[in-house]
Amino acid sequence: MPAKMQLTKGNEALAMGAIAGGCDCFFGYPITPQNEVPEVLSYEMPKRGRVFVQAESEVASINMVYGAAAAGKRAMTSSSSPGVSLMMEGLSYIACAELPCLIVNVMRGGPGLGSITPSQGDYFQACKGGGHGDYHSVVLAPWNVQEMYEFPALAFELADRYRCPAMLLADGVLGAMMEPAEISDDAPPPNVPEKPWATNGRNGRAHKNVVNSLVIDPYGLRDHNLKLQAKYKAMECETRWDTRDVDDAEILVVAYGISARLALSGCKLARKKGIKAGLLRPITLFPFPSKQIAECARNKKRILVVELSAGQMVEDVRLAVNGDVPVDFYGEMGGVIPSPAEVCEKIVEAAQ
Amino acid sequence: MTTAMNSQDGMKKQNGGSVAAEDLVDLKCVFERPQSLSDKPFHYCPGCSHGTYHRLIAEMIDEFGFMDRTVGICPVGCAVFAYEYFETDMIEASHGRAPAVATGVKRALPDRFVFTYQGDGDLASIGMGEIIHAAARGERITVFFVNNGIFGMTGGQMAPTSLIGQKTTTSVDGRDARATGHPIRVCELLSNLEGVAYMARVALTSPKNINTCRKYMRKAIRAQTEDVGLGLVEVLSPCPVQWGMSPGDALHHIEEDVVKEFPPGEFVDKLADPVKA
Repeated sequence: MPAKMQLTKGNEALAMGAIAGGCDCFFGYPITPQNEVPEVLSYEMPKRGRVFVQAESEVASINMVYGAAAAGKRAMTSSSSPGVSLMMEGLSYIACAELPCLIVNVMRGGPGLGSITPSQGDYFQACKGGGHGDYHSVVLAPWNVQEMYEFPALAFELADRYRCPAMLLADGVLGAMMEPAEISDDAPPPNVPEKPWATNGRNGRAHKNVVNSLVIDPYGLRDHNLKLQAKYKAMECETRWDTRDVDDAEILVVAYGISARLALSGCKLARKKGIKAGLLRPITLFPFPSKQIAECARNKKRILVVELSAGQMVEDVRLAVNGDVPVDFYGEMGGVIPSPAEVCEKIVEAAQ
Repeated sequence: MTTAMNSQDGMKKQNGGSVAAEDLVDLKCVFERPQSLSDKPFHYCPGCSHGTYHRLIAEMIDEFGFMDRTVGICPVGCAVFAYEYFETDMIEASHGRAPAVATGVKRALPDRFVFTYQGDGDLASIGMGEIIHAAARGERITVFFVNNGIFGMTGGQMAPTSLIGQKTTTSVDGRDARATGHPIRVCELLSNLEGVAYMARVALTSPKNINTCRKYMRKAIRAQTEDVGLGLVEVLSPCPVQWGMSPGDALHHIEEDVVKEFPPGEFVDKLADPVKA
């Protein structure tokens, strides 16, 4: 059946997107606000002959992902902020062992047990490593239900291309909201590259394969780190971003995910008040569109960064423009979501 | 397994190739390194039985003909380099998580033979959650568990399996039950779970016991290959260096003291159960 437009909940779209993206194995532990993801996959995966396991914890989930990814399969887990924190050790091992996989974080308010309401407080964790050591994941930030459906496939593709973990960084609004999206429940299988490094049994192979993140020799570990860093540099060509009404804008608003939706509405309200505001939305948070922001900011009066956090991505925006343009910040925390009118007010303040 | 070609190769290695091959055709190789074991020298301390257990696993992989379809999962601990000693595909897991990693591999590739190799710190301390749930789910994996009652690699700290009164670097006056609890008996604990198909404990202290171990290992492997459930063999293993004993005294200590806390024997055997069979 071809893809058809249907009213879909973000988390359900994400689950169907994982299937369309060729996910072979899903491992997860319940946590709000992403529970529809494992719920949908618990019946959609087995009926396609694919693997679904409800793990005993997030720690077990990420290590099951490690095993299935090492075996050469497209493997993923889904969780929310505190659960993703528990996965950080495993994510570091996965990055070092160069295993492609997908980790979904439908963010909720923190720190601590926090709340179950939407937040963007895990940007640092997602983009700056999170676990121990020098590593990165590809980080994708959807802003609507359509992208919740499309990004798992993109994430798997990038993860396979660079042999690295990919993270889909959503939030409680995107997970729970319903809107029309073009969804297919029998998408054609994606092209998955050969994985000659996989530990899937030798089966006639002349040598054994080993998946490992232990490099005991300091020079060996340094060289492995240099290789990883070169890979992260090479990923820059995968940078994705979106702009709206930026050409004539005097105020550039930078926001990702659900904040970008609010920010775009805020920009439109500001234009009605005669203030030219435009939006730049990073789609990949790693690699971060630093050059594109610097380029776009060149003739702007000010930049306003909007996040559901105390100000995390704003640091990368400031680094991107390196003092050339003043950068303001507007953020809400704890699950509080600003209205477009409130964003508009901040744009008006910035313009004065 | 034994062929004229193998025996010639073996003799050539020993004698530097000085014996003419035609003189050896009637000789029979009676002992050699299993094909599934690499020729890398073990890094283990004198008197440790990790090497023995590695060899037994490699023998089993050869015996079952699984070298081409095995994926082994290594622990963190003394056996952290176990991936260097087997000729099969290997994965190095994070501390304690080998059963979760093995679950991922086995669910992804149900027709492969998947084993974990874990020490008592790895399995009974940090990884207790993973082994309990893998057992409860009846994962079709085989667990080779080494219990030497101490954290060997990190320098001899107390383990959950250390005996009451045992002196370690974190229990210098001897393990005190009031402060640190009692040893965890893994086989007794896990044998309550329905997903376990085979579970046994043996002391790796004598040729006789090593033969018993082989017997147990065969069953723990069959538990997986016959799709019955999780198989586990716990070996009581000496750690002469961290116990502060000679290798000989360490073996006596197991046979006299350790077995009182950890009685050897078969705890679960659903292979022999006519109802299950």
